[in-house]
Parts: sequence; C-alpha cells; structure tokens
Amino acid sequence: MSMATTVTKAETLVGRRLRRKEDPRLITGTATYVDDIQMPGMHYAAILRSPHAAARIRSLNVQPALDHPGVAAVFTGADVAGVGPVPCGASLPGLRVPAHSVLARDRVYFVGHPVAVVVATDRYVAADALDLIEVEYQPLPAVANPEKALEPGAPAVHPEWPDNLAFTYHQEGGEPDRAFAEADVVVRQRIISQRLIPTAMETRGVVADYRGAEKSLTIYSSTQIPHLMRSLVAQMLGLAENRLRVITPEVGGGFGSKLNVYAEEALMGFVAMKIGKPVKWIESRRENFQCTIHGRGHVDYYEIAARKDGAVLGLRLKLIQDLGAYHQLLTPAIPTLSVLMMPGLYKFRNVSADILGVFTNCVPTDAYRGAGRPEATHGVERMMDLLAAELRMDPAELRLLNFIGADEFPYATATGLSYDSGNYAEPLKKALDLVDYHRLREQQQQAKASGRLVGIGISTYGEICAFGPSPATPAGGWESATVKIEPSGAVTVMTGASPHGQGEETTFAQIAADELGVPIEDVIVVHGDTAIVQYGIGTFGSRGTAVGGPAVYYALQDLKAKILKFGELLLESSDVTFSGGVCTCNRTGKTVTLAQIAAASYRAMKLPPNTEPGLVATHFWEPPNFAFPFGAHIVVSEVDPETGQVEIKRYVAVDDCGKIINPLLVDGQVHGGVVQGLGQALFEQAVYDQDGQLVTGELMDYAVPKATMVPWIESDHTTTPSPVNPLGVKGVGEAGTIGCSPAVVNSVVDALGHLGVRHLDMPLTPEKLWKLIQAGGQA
Amino acid sequence: MKRRITLKINGKVYSHEVEPRMLLIHYLREVVGFTGPHIGCETSICGACTVALDEKIVKSCTMLAVQADGREVLTIEGLASNGTLHPVQEAFWNEHALQCGFCTPGMIMASKQLLERNPRPTDEQIRHALEGNLCRCTGYQHIVNAVRTAASRMGA
Repeated sequence: MSMATTVTKAETLVGRRLRRKEDPRLITGTATYVDDIQMPGMHYAAILRSPHAAARIRSLNVQPALDHPGVAAVFTGADVAGVGPVPCGASLPGLRVPAHSVLARDRVYFVGHPVAVVVATDRYVAADALDLIEVEYQPLPAVANPEKALEPGAPAVHPEWPDNLAFTYHQEGGEPDRAFAEADVVVRQRIISQRLIPTAMETRGVVADYRGAEKSLTIYSSTQIPHLMRSLVAQMLGLAENRLRVITPEVGGGFGSKLNVYAEEALMGFVAMKIGKPVKWIESRRENFQCTIHGRGHVDYYEIAARKDGAVLGLRLKLIQDLGAYHQLLTPAIPTLSVLMMPGLYKFRNVSADILGVFTNCVPTDAYRGAGRPEATHGVERMMDLLAAELRMDPAELRLLNFIGADEFPYATATGLSYDSGNYAEPLKKALDLVDYHRLREQQQQAKASGRLVGIGISTYGEICAFGPSPATPAGGWESATVKIEPSGAVTVMTGASPHGQGEETTFAQIAADELGVPIEDVIVVHGDTAIVQYGIGTFGSRGTAVGGPAVYYALQDLKAKILKFGELLLESSDVTFSGGVCTCNRTGKTVTLAQIAAASYRAMKLPPNTEPGLVATHFWEPPNFAFPFGAHIVVSEVDPETGQVEIKRYVAVDDCGKIINPLLVDGQVHGGVVQGLGQALFEQAVYDQDGQLVTGELMDYAVPKATMVPWIESDHTTTPSPVNPLGVKGVGEAGTIGCSPAVVNSVVDALGHLGVRHLDMPLTPEKLWKLIQAGGQA
Repeated sequence: MKRRITLKINGKVYSHEVEPRMLLIHYLREVVGFTGPHIGCETSICGACTVALDEKIVKSCTMLAVQADGREVLTIEGLASNGTLHPVQEAFWNEHALQCGFCTPGMIMASKQLLERNPRPTDEQIRHALEGNLCRCTGYQHIVNAVRTAASRMGA
C-alpha cells in the first residue's frame, strides 16, 4: 500500500465528444459480420420464393434440384411441419393471427414468400439448383392496397377472413364528441404515410452450426434482439433454451428491420440439425426488399377541432394500417404507438382513434425507425399547419399557444401516457432564433413576389422512447448489465442491449470509467452472445442508452459498495472514500488502487464481513416510465417550378434528448435520423402494383438518399433531464426521423400555398410537384 | 472449366483456380479471405464492395475475378501501413463518420481516390464523389467532415 496524493478527476468522460472504441475494427475492414464467418464443411442455403402475390401451389418437384451435383438437401413446407410458426409477440383483443409457417405449405401470400430451401456445398451451386425446382402455381386474385382490401368483394388475403380485417382497435380520452360539437372550426385531412423499405446496408444473414453429440445449436444472426430470438427460435425448433446459443456478430444496421424473428433464423437451425453441417444463408438485396419487413403503410383520416382563437379542443383519427400478409413480431402493435402519441406536444384533452388493421398480399410491415411515432407526428404536425392556414395564424404561434406548459410535468395525456419532463417552447424558440424567423418570413414574401417558390416548414415533435416499463411492453421492458472487474483491475461491461452502430461500446465505457475513476482504455463493453452475456432485451425504440445505460449505472453502484468494503478492510479503517480509482483512508491519507483491491478480492486471503470474493455485479433495471424526448425542426425549401425538384435550403434541428453522454454520437444519430425522415418526405416509397408485384424491388428502383441528395443539417439542443432514470438521459435514435418529414412537407405546402395547395402526400417527387404546378395547384 | 488467375492483392501475389463466373468480391472475401469489402446490393448501387483495381476504384460485386487476372487490387485491409492508419481512416474515426460500419470500407476507398485526384475538394465535390456509396446511418454529414479534414491533413 502506497501513500499517494488524493486523485481528483479534472472532468468526467460523460458529456465529452469522444471518438468511438468500436471504430478501429470497422475502419480497417477487420470486423466480423455474419457473411464473414466461414467454417469447415460449411454449406450454403438459397431460398426459392414465390413470384406471385397470391397463388395455390399445385405441385412442387424438387427432385431435379436434389439430383444436381453439389446439392446436399432440399426442404419444402411439408418437411418443416414440425417447426413452430413464425412468432407474433403482440397481442390485441380479437387479433386474428394467420398460421405462419417457415416455408409455404399449399398457398403463397406475397411475392417473396419462401417456398423451398436448397442446401449445397457452394453458394453458386445452390443458386443453380434453385432454378431446377419445378413449381406449378395457380395464381389467385391479390390485393396490395389496404383501402381496396377493405372494399366489399375484395380478394381475401386469407380465405378464412374475407373482410381482410386482422383487428380493430378503439381508444379515446376525454369527450371528443362534445369537443367537436363545441368547436368553432373543424379541419379534416386524409394523410398517407407510405410504405418504406428499411434498407439496412447489411442485409439479413444467418449461420447455423449444430453439434449433434451435444445437442447444441449455435445461430449467428444479424439481429437486434439475440436473447429474445433465442427464446423464440428454441420454441420453434423444440430445443431446450440452454442448448441454443445466439451470437450477434457485427450488425450492419437494423433500424427496426432486425427487431424480429424471421422464418430464416429457425429454418437455418432446422437445416443445420438435418444435414449435420454448418449452413449459411445470406439475404440478397432483392430478398431484403421482398421479405424483410417494411415500415409505415398508413392511410390516416384526421379531424382537428379548435376554437377560433387557435386553442385546440380535440383530435380524431381513423388509421388504416397496411399489415401485409402476416404478423411479424410486433406488426399489429405498431399502429397503437401512433395512437398513443397522436396528441403530440399539445393540450388535446379530447381524442378518439380507431385502427383498422388490414391484411394485404404484401410483405408484413413492422417497426421501422420511429415505428408508429413518425406517422403520428406527421399527422398531428400536418393538422396543426392545416389549422393554422384555416385560421390564418402563424404556424409557430399556433404551436406555442397550444403546447403543454413547462410547469405541467409529469403530464397525463388523453391517451393514457405520463410525459416525464419537457419544456416544449424552448427548442422551438431556439430554432426560430437560429433561422431569424421574422426576417426569414419577410425574405420569403420577397422571394415569392418575384415568382420563387420558397417555403418555411415547422415541426415540433414529441417521442415516446426508452421502451419501456415491462407491463407496457410485449416482452420484458427492462435491461441488464453485468460489470466485472478482473483480478488485474481491468473492467468488462456486459450489456443485454445489443447495439449495432449506436456506439454503446463507447458510451457505456464512458459511464463505467467515470464511476470507477479508471481510464476509458481499461474498460471494454461486450454484447451480443447469449452464452457470454446475461439475458437481455435488445436495442430498439431508442432504449439502448436510456434503459441499458441505467442498468450499467446501477451495477456499478453495487460494485462500488463492494470496492469500498474491500478498501476498508485493506486500509484497516472505517473512514474510507472511493474516488478516482483509489480507496483513500480519510484519516491517514493511505490509499489502495482499484487493481490492488481487485487482486485482494479474488485472492480472498481476508474477506470483509458478509462479503463474497470477487468483483462482479449484475443489475436488471426496470424503468418506471418511458422517456419522452422532443424538439423542433425548421426547414426552408425551394421548389424549382421548371422541374418540380425540392431543394432544402436550410435544415435546423433543435432536439432535447435529456442529458447527453457523447455529443459526437448524438450528432450522428440526429443526422442519420433526419436523413431517413427526408428519405420518406422526398424520395422513398415501396411500390406494389395492383397484382401485388413489388415494383421497387432493388436499390436501382428504390431511392435511398445519396450524399448529393441531402442538405447540411444544423443541429442544436436544449437539455431537459429525464427524471425516469439516474442518468437523466432520454433517447435520440429515432428523434431525427420523427421530427423531419412534417417539417419538409409543411415547407413545401407553404411554398405552394398561394396555388391553393393545402396538403401533399409523400414522397414529394419532382414528378408529383411538377404536375401539380403545371395544373396550377389542382391535384 | 476453372481458370487460373494470378494477381496482387494488398501487395502480395495470389494465384488460384477459379470458376470464370466467380465474382471478384466472392474471390476476395471467400477464397483469399479479405472480408473488409462487403456485399450490399449486387447491382453496383451501394458501393460497399468498392476496392481499387490498378489504383482505380471499382465495384467488385459486378466484376468477375478473372477480369482481375494479372492486375493489382487494394482493399481496405491494405490501407494502413505498418500499423499506421491512412489519414482517411484516421479522419473517419475522429469525425465519427461511421455507425454500423458496413459501408465504411467502400466509403473510405472512394474518399481516398477522390483526395488523390482532387486534394482540396469542396463539400459539393466530396458529396459528388461519394454518390456511388450509400450510407444509411450517418446522413453523410460526418463523412463529408471526415473527407474535408483528411484533405487538410494530407495537404499539410
């Protein structure tokens, strides 16, 4: 034990713009994604998929494929009868859940529906053999549009439910009928949030490896939820859960599309168990577009009621959700999130919502970045602008008039939520200052007077995130952490969240290094392997830091208490402080380092009273509430009357995500989120034709924003800590996407308002706007 | 009928019998073991598979391995020398120009070529040069920052 001066840390790591710990492997090409895994004897799977949106399978002959040299096996729907259905984790009263086999039995329900799997020694051979399978389909009428699917006589997606309704759902709060009856003004609008294709740059992929003698299966999958996937796939395959190990290697983006359990995950497990060799399946981009979930898919009918002074009284919504042909993990739950958030940041005391969940012959929709909240925000923010136009009020003033007050938190909404904390006027005022709003309006008038189509759009969004209290979530809503201090003093954090690009290997190391007073280099963060990491929930719904972070924090508090006990023992004192990575006796000034304490705790020559050897702590943290970030985005856009092209002249985002652990990473989340919102506003749309063919079936046809297509984003913040967790953090993964699309559309409607345009549906393609301008604003 | 190809990859000579239909990206990743370049679309749109062929970047997912016979390939794995990162790699790290990292190897290769051709690009020129490389995570802003800072570092 050495004498040392008291170490005081000059500043904390939390709050600093630190570059990421995960990057060295990613910038050198040495990270391991699923497709990078090779194993001795590995086979490759290719999947035959339906070219029809609806058809009966008359006959299926796989023999020519089986006869092809290099083919090890072919499996069809009949072979996988013992594999359990693809799970739907959401439940709603009266929900109709179609049987969802991992391979089609006698009928296919959407283009891309898996029909058979070929397993070969080589990926080229597997693809060759796929072409040799003979299938006779009897095409059936299909329906790809949710409103058409509701019409009498529409083709039934599932013959047992001719109305194509999977569920209806009603929620209301306050007295909406009275509010509408007493209103001075009621504005109505049909608003579409079109189907989008998530398009993670890495498609899905699975490697499965079965050890027969141990009856143990290892599945490597590009997923956001390794533990939940293990539980569900073990059920599907009839495996004991402790015989299935799920490893999530590097994941090349998810955005919700990998918050799921897919047929292929169980199917590859089945194949590996059958052939006794490791098998790999890597989704092609075409498969990714056809078979991985899509997002959004709303047709919304809104009504807003207000007094003539602008005070909002009520909001009504009829929400038609295009579900696709099946329920994936959370499909029917997503539109209920839209309903929860339909009041946005405003004092709507009277709301009413009806959801019609509609089957179509399309791939299922499910969670895509924002998952229900971008749709809700787009709706309420468009309606606020429509109301402002109706009342000839400034859209910023209308919003400031109707915000929930900063002194009203926690605020109980008409949809049953409790907003945790907020000051909604603050980011809007900051954004208005940043753009110099009044001057900007004058400049806009001058530009318009000279014939230019310049618009200003405002969106103020609120978001429900940090999912979430367990009673309010389909699986548990907690998150777990284990912190281990090794005998040398090195620190390992194991998080049940499964980050895939968000940067928690860095932010959780910042938290741990601060709490323990050690250099960040001494901390590593481990995740994504069910054999190493304690059970966890995963990364989605902007919960990684907001729920996973507090779990790490509380595990560290437990460890610090134990460190202190060992410090007291080693310093033979009851007056000891742990700070800056050392325990110090406050009377003598003697110190012991964390490494000395760690060594002593494992050597265990002496133990403090009632204390076990070792320095390991695990904490499962159950959040008491969601967290509710918010913000204001302002867009200045100009439409070229010659081409219909929208140019974003200025994009200002002021986001409040509570306390910020690493501003550099928050900037990255905001930028990426905004650009995904911009993709919906201006470029992207999953297009099915009337027969259910996916027209946008490749990246050649689906417009993911390129570097030249997106503006410079001016990002700023206000900081309103969340009282829900000890870190004061909220969540920022989806905020940009949620705030963006209404700001863009409001700006373009504003640019074309003098032509009589009061609403535009996304995406605002040049073709759409050019036609509108040519027609003098008449759609 | 397999064909023998001999080529230099990241400074070292490799020779293999390959099927004429084998894509260069599969050869690099699965035969030689350079898994840095990724497959993101198979249609030359996303650029995750970008490598340099005789010092000019190509999309290796739409090129055959036999077309690279006798030529020289540089992948992301060959960029750092003696453990020192290339300035573009360093800048991507410092500026947080990546999140999931899947597009990054291709993005860095394209950025490197831009700076070799135009050591002082404007932001607009940077965006134009990266038009063949999709990123779904970053919104490109930090990538533009990274290329700009790499340019000033390399010019210094």
